[in-house]
Amino acid sequence: MEPIIDLKNLCKSYGSHTAVDKLNMKIYRGEIFGLLGPNGAGKTTSILMMLGLTEPDSGSAIVCGHDATRDPIEVKRKVGYMPDNLGFYPQLTGLENLVYIARLNGMAEKGIAEHARRVMELVGLKAASDKPASTYSRGMKQRLGLAEVLIKEPELIILDEPTLGIDPAGVKEFLELIKSLQREQGLTVLLSSHHLHHVQQVCDRVGIFVDGKLLATGDLPSLSAELFGSTGIETAIQLTRLPKNADALKANFSSWPEVNSLTISGDKLQFTTTGDITPKLIRRIIELGEDIQAVSRKQYGLDEIYEKYFENNTNFTLDNESIKRKPLFGNRQK
Amino acid sequence: MKALSASHYLATDKNKSKEGRQLSPFKVMVRKEVSDYVRSWRFILLLALVVLTFFASMYISMSNIRASFTNSNDPDHAFLYLKLLSATDGSMPPFHVLMSFLAPLLGITMGFDAINSEQNSGSLTRLLAQPIYRDNILLAKFYSALLIISTLFISLTLLMIGGGLLYTGVRIEPQELLRILGFALLTMVYVGFYLSLSILFSIAFRQAATSALTALGIWLFFTVFYPILVNLIIRAFLPDPAYLTQSQIMGYNELIMDIMRIAPGQLYSDAATTMLMPSIRSLGPMSMEQLSGAIPSPLPFRESLVIVWPQLSGLLAGSIACFALAYYIFMRREIRS
Repeated sequence: MEPIIDLKNLCKSYGSHTAVDKLNMKIYRGEIFGLLGPNGAGKTTSILMMLGLTEPDSGSAIVCGHDATRDPIEVKRKVGYMPDNLGFYPQLTGLENLVYIARLNGMAEKGIAEHARRVMELVGLKAASDKPASTYSRGMKQRLGLAEVLIKEPELIILDEPTLGIDPAGVKEFLELIKSLQREQGLTVLLSSHHLHHVQQVCDRVGIFVDGKLLATGDLPSLSAELFGSTGIETAIQLTRLPKNADALKANFSSWPEVNSLTISGDKLQFTTTGDITPKLIRRIIELGEDIQAVSRKQYGLDEIYEKYFENNTNFTLDNESIKRKPLFGNRQK
Repeated sequence: MKALSASHYLATDKNKSKEGRQLSPFKVMVRKEVSDYVRSWRFILLLALVVLTFFASMYISMSNIRASFTNSNDPDHAFLYLKLLSATDGSMPPFHVLMSFLAPLLGITMGFDAINSEQNSGSLTRLLAQPIYRDNILLAKFYSALLIISTLFISLTLLMIGGGLLYTGVRIEPQELLRILGFALLTMVYVGFYLSLSILFSIAFRQAATSALTALGIWLFFTVFYPILVNLIIRAFLPDPAYLTQSQIMGYNELIMDIMRIAPGQLYSDAATTMLMPSIRSLGPMSMEQLSGAIPSPLPFRESLVIVWPQLSGLLAGSIACFALAYYIFMRREIRS
């Protein structure tokens, strides 16, 4: 599949500070990709380079089939970008702000207001269309920002910290709206955030960004397997009653090379295995004459993946003074 | 999802929508900027001040027009319409002198927060994310402000001519019309200089107050302190004229005039006076040889234009230099800086 965003060895420095270091990343059509990282990790700089708003020191950014450095206008025509520091013209109404952006995107005058009203309705701002933008709440401004992104009918949407400063209910609605847009219109969404659980709710794949470097990309299960597969996957098997012969069970599984440990506490068996061998374990337990009531495998969320990445990158952080001095995820909200 | 479908329908029906009129992004921005200026209170206040000054000057000029017109000692007495802009009874300065103070204020008011306000409010990044060229933003800001200024001064000029016609019933001479239009153009260029200077500061300084104060400081320096400073330096360094030859005195005077002409206000004042007073034959010291044989009559428009050409081109060069520097800084600036 042809990627909609293809970044190759993208580098950007501000003086002696390296904001983005040899970034290689591919994002495919129709997916929601989450760019994760703490403040100052280089997420926004990478986005600006994808839009041709900042010139990279080296490397290339191909977005929607166009080189973002050489042909930024074509890229911006096809990409809707909602910046983190979103500002509108306070003297204009929400609708006027939207119409202005539509005109800048070369939309025909005929029917432009009706189209803008439709988009306002789509993002849930129909009632506030004719109110000045200065009276909008933070959540309403985010929605207006999304409306501005949608009115240009983009192929790709880039949302930089879109949930910043919105209340939990607003975040939920906003994320649902993004998900529905991807589902209904097949839009590709790149979402940058340091709010892990927000990203986890909507993203198909994530990229973990630290100090200008992309440490990992992939979906949650693959990242989880990659990180926790070697140290062990925890599988809990609940039996219908106490095991007939606990010692025999222990002895049986102790010969398995994939099983690192087995703890039996009452009617619950707790396995730590190398790799995912849950089906194999279930089959064997049934063969041994035990009845299974429930099976659960511990799912690692982004929180654990994140923490694990920092744990694993100790060598990297030791080389980097700026990271060593400050907590990496001081601003993270759990 | 009905709305979504409708919206999507429009998205796929681009060919149909393109039948309608499309404005270029530059025109869209100019329209929005003009609308913002016209609706802003600070512009309305300054506009009221300029219009009030104009009508007050016109009233005083018209009250004294008979005396000015019949004053045969004045070589420009026959230029009735020029007298409307330059004649005064001493109760208030003539219009062009007042404009030398108000025009910079107008330019600074329109430009001091052109870029930094957009940057501080977060709308600049949003704007730059649209398919427009970065320089179009700067050009639109400059063009729309100049458009308003031009409209203002051309309207005032026409109002003055119409008022003069109604009041006196005297037909305007082509020479006078050209001179009045020349004066209006000169004032526009003068405002343009301070406009481009204040836009430059609006890019250089993040805070609008800093850029406004810096522009006002420069205006105040050139208007008030610069002549004082030049006089002080001249007194300290210029040799006693009693020990100088005629040509040395001429040379020193020319040097002093040249130093004074670094100030944009001096350039404007020289040029405006020459345009509105056709009898002015030179803007520098003249020797007896130059004066001998000269007929004390008004100069034709073309000759006056030749005299003020260095002043006009100086103001234009200053405006272009400021704008070019603003353009360079804006284009080179990192969006996140």
